[in-house]
Amino acid sequence: MAEKNLLLGDEALALGAIHAGLSGVYAYPGTPSTEITEYIQGHPLTRERNIHCDWSSNEKTAMEGALGMSYAGKRALVCMKHVGMNVCADPLMGSAMTGANGGLIIAACDDPSMHSSQNEQDSRFWGTFGMLPVFEPSNQQETYNMTRAALDYSEKRGIPVIMRLTTRMAHSRAVVESAPMREQNQLHYPEKARQWVTLPVNARVRNRELIKDYALFEEDAAASEFNWLKDGPDRSLGIIACGIGYNYLMENYPDGCPFPVLKVSQYPFPRKLALELASKVKAVLVIEEGQPLVEERMKGYFPTPVPVKGRLDGTLPRDGELSPDAVRAAVGLPALPQYNTSEVVVPRPPALCQGCGHRDFYTALNNALKDYPGARVFGDIGCYTLGWMPPFNSLHTCVEMGASCTMAQGAAFSGTWPAVAVIGDSTFTHSGMTGLLDAVNSKADITLCISDNLTTGMTGGQDSAGTGRIEAICQGLGVEPEHIRTIVPLPKNYPDMEKVIKEELDYHGVSVIVCRRECIQTLRRHAAKK
Amino acid sequence: MKKDIILAGVGGQGILSIATVIGSAALEQGLYLKQAEVHGMSQRGGDVQSHLRLSSEPIYSDLIPKGGADLIVSLEPMEALRYVPCLDRNGWIITNTAPLVNIPNYPDIEKVKDELSCYTNVIAFDVDALAKDLGTPRGANMVLLGATAAALGILDADKLRDGIRRVFARKGEAVVESNLKAFNAGLEYSLKQK
Repeated sequence: MAEKNLLLGDEALALGAIHAGLSGVYAYPGTPSTEITEYIQGHPLTRERNIHCDWSSNEKTAMEGALGMSYAGKRALVCMKHVGMNVCADPLMGSAMTGANGGLIIAACDDPSMHSSQNEQDSRFWGTFGMLPVFEPSNQQETYNMTRAALDYSEKRGIPVIMRLTTRMAHSRAVVESAPMREQNQLHYPEKARQWVTLPVNARVRNRELIKDYALFEEDAAASEFNWLKDGPDRSLGIIACGIGYNYLMENYPDGCPFPVLKVSQYPFPRKLALELASKVKAVLVIEEGQPLVEERMKGYFPTPVPVKGRLDGTLPRDGELSPDAVRAAVGLPALPQYNTSEVVVPRPPALCQGCGHRDFYTALNNALKDYPGARVFGDIGCYTLGWMPPFNSLHTCVEMGASCTMAQGAAFSGTWPAVAVIGDSTFTHSGMTGLLDAVNSKADITLCISDNLTTGMTGGQDSAGTGRIEAICQGLGVEPEHIRTIVPLPKNYPDMEKVIKEELDYHGVSVIVCRRECIQTLRRHAAKK
Repeated sequence: MKKDIILAGVGGQGILSIATVIGSAALEQGLYLKQAEVHGMSQRGGDVQSHLRLSSEPIYSDLIPKGGADLIVSLEPMEALRYVPCLDRNGWIITNTAPLVNIPNYPDIEKVKDELSCYTNVIAFDVDALAKDLGTPRGANMVLLGATAAALGILDADKLRDGIRRVFARKGEAVVESNLKAFNAGLEYSLKQK
């Protein structure tokens, strides 16, 4: 009996993986990917089938864990937001060389329009860069079906595959019908053993094989059930619609699109189908969510030049996520009648919660720094990045996970004093610890403030890898015990907090101030459970 | 038949439980449904919205086109106005009038109410006060759902009540009852307005 569930795109991927015989999910939380792992963690089959589902310290350790599982012949899933792909780039590129044994999916959730991110990078580029197949579903049911197909494909071709979702796919619900359960794989090791040792002598051989395989992947994509070319009567335009771009196109043609359409959800980009489309039409419009990856590659594809429209020529906006309205304009349909934007409405940016410990930390830090006009504060990624905004205005930088601790060192060496770094507990164990070791080794004059709320807050309160061991980790890395200070961020403690912060600013070496109070969101949840 | 609904509010107000109840009722009735949500940073007290689409036919886009929404349902008055470019000219605005002021430059609430009254189809009332009078201050979202029931059309009130029973069942009978009470009060209020 097919079961029907109302699922987020993320959850459809998760359930598809469980039903396809998954043995483990490896991930670090990141919007919009977090719900994949959370769904697996909460599913009854996970316990029944002993599926690994603990959070990893970062995306690199996650990718390596999943690759190890694939090596052992089992089906594995690794999930992350788009910028996590940068963190795991080393094992990702390495995995193209080793190939996969058990099916391996790298789920990358992109965030065009940067709803909750620092950039708009398009994870499909990792496919062309690493010579890996990419799957990009257009709806929730296809996400569910494709997850199993992608795991099967990964095993059939012996290659890890990337599955790319974007925010609107990841965080939108629809009804999904399940398929029968598949058994988990038994432990078995790769037949092609040499390519798992990437010494140059093996890697040179493997690289040539991979180049050959990549051509095969493209043939597969041209024949894929997820890619198709549908003819239309109006040959003035042909449309290439990738991933959810297909939905926005069809939204505008409920009775069928008059133009020939090539729907693309599996890469390498199937050039054969694009040539077939281009041979019929006067111009080609590329609708793709993210960066103009397909559009850029179209130039020079066709024997007789066909004009290519898309994000590069302004037919669609150059940045930001697609919308039914943007696509409507691109195909030349008039906008629906609509009201103007209201003039009384003002922006309502996100803010730190009332009662949040980060608030008390920033208040104390600001007070302490009044006496230090040369101070620069290097921030990091998390809820506490909101400390840049009023009323705190406490931060000068925020770049990527872990950069606070290391950028402070570079600035300190250049003459900045005091150089203060602010990082959360989960970001510290994700990418800050190695930077702190650098600081200890170079005796840097920095004060690292770890605003420890005992959780990964921004993504909704997932376990944090170093909870209960932050001071021990710092001491283990070589910070002098007398310069590891712990304070509790509460208004009544402001005088003490300021005193401790000033003492450590005045110490010309590595200091760590652990500022610890539980996230009020998880505190409420824990209280409600009791 | 289709209904496209923008659910609006401020992070933490609970617009998603409205979506969950409507979703449960729609699923039970065999309707197609798509519901795009906001997760992540905006949930920290920022503006949040959910695009909820119900239809007897398959739905393509997860987002509602501008000018295409049949309903704006908002737990906060300024947030209702934020999405008016999405509203169909014949669409309805159903909103709480109690402002949630968590920004220093929140506009004069009278100006907000005046502007709301310029639209043709509006049900605007102090949802928080009604919920408090009922003794269910946390039921404001169900009061608002009740007030939406008549305009929703595609699902009748009993289907929504069944949805409330299913969604809140695991929290116990008392929670189900207080949410039903809130729903009924909202529905009653909206019917008196017509």
